Amino acid sequence: MSVEAVGALREPLRRAVYEFAAGRDEPVGRDEVAEAVGIGRTLAAFHLDRLAEAGLLEVSYARRSGRTGPGAGRPAKLYRRSAAELEVSLPPRRYRSAAGLLAEAVDRSGADELLFEAAREQGRAAGRAAAEAGLVEVLTGQGYEPQPRDDAILLRNCPFHLLARDYPPLVCGMNLALLQGLVQELGPPAATARMAPGADGCCVVIEVASKNNGS
Amino acid sequence: MTAHHLAQLNIARHRFPLDSPEMAGFVERLEEINALADKAPGFVWRLVDTDGADATSLRPYGPDLMVNMSVWESAEALYEYGYRTDHLDVLRQRRDWFDHDGLSEYAVLWWVPAGSQPTLAEARERLDLLSRNGPTAQAFTFRKRFPAPVDAPTIGS
Repeated sequence: MSVEAVGALREPLRRAVYEFAAGRDEPVGRDEVAEAVGIGRTLAAFHLDRLAEAGLLEVSYARRSGRTGPGAGRPAKLYRRSAAELEVSLPPRRYRSAAGLLAEAVDRSGADELLFEAAREQGRAAGRAAAEAGLVEVLTGQGYEPQPRDDAILLRNCPFHLLARDYPPLVCGMNLALLQGLVQELGPPAATARMAPGADGCCVVIEVASKNNGS
Repeated sequence: MTAHHLAQLNIARHRFPLDSPEMAGFVERLEEINALADKAPGFVWRLVDTDGADATSLRPYGPDLMVNMSVWESAEALYEYGYRTDHLDVLRQRRDWFDHDGLSEYAVLWWVPAGSQPTLAEARERLDLLSRNGPTAQAFTFRKRFPAPVDAPTIGS
């Protein structure tokens, strides 16, 4: 049950273990977590396994050294953020259901551009309301898990994942418009948001250097 | 090795003549997007007209209705190409160039024996099946998928 899984995060140390493991692109082992969080290896393993039991992390096994065959050593137990989506809503709310219906209606009516315009306006409003916060901070608050690179900001998480999976052009287009609005208000002058889907993560990349503009 | 491949058909009404400036955004990306499909993992075949580049000249179902039909090794391979490559950005703009007025369904997926190429007649039947019955093992969508059958189903057999 979602409440129990979320409850597993109540203890601050466990929360820190979760956030470290969940924030890594590759699966992590007990030793790496222990060093990052500043705790012993046994304690790290204990927390990691509780989180796996709660469904928040998923377990895999791999030989770190690249060796194979007998005598290669025991595979390391690794943990990564699970694909499970957990929500606790009190009182009960079913916003995802409503979102699916609204997406279906927009899709059938062909009103994509109206949705994109509304999303752009909402992005601009969020940018104007940001006060002292910068672009990366606002992106973090909206759940995108921004990863600044030299010329770009990659977005590790799609906040609309299941909806985008079912209505990709519509919801990814909506997301692009939202981010375009945000970047217009908060980004450096030459920054643009553009569609650049990869294997996973958000389909939008924010380019912050001017040398990629044009065309 | 699988005994079935995934076929897809999508149809749409183009809002302007293909050579009009309003359609330029679509037309100028055709070559790039088709080349992307040709080298996408799991791509098997796509319908082209006698010029061999694409299917944009074909009107098998009536005036102004363009068609696109292709075959892939799996539903996942088609999904990846359709929605996780540059193809997504073109799809995002589809309403600039196309509408689906009067079409109850306009995209359908179905399983074919591996190595076979579906005909436009069969594709139309599958689309009609989807419109009549909703998603079934014989004609379905990404939102409601069905796994490859043990034996390839044929209509009326």
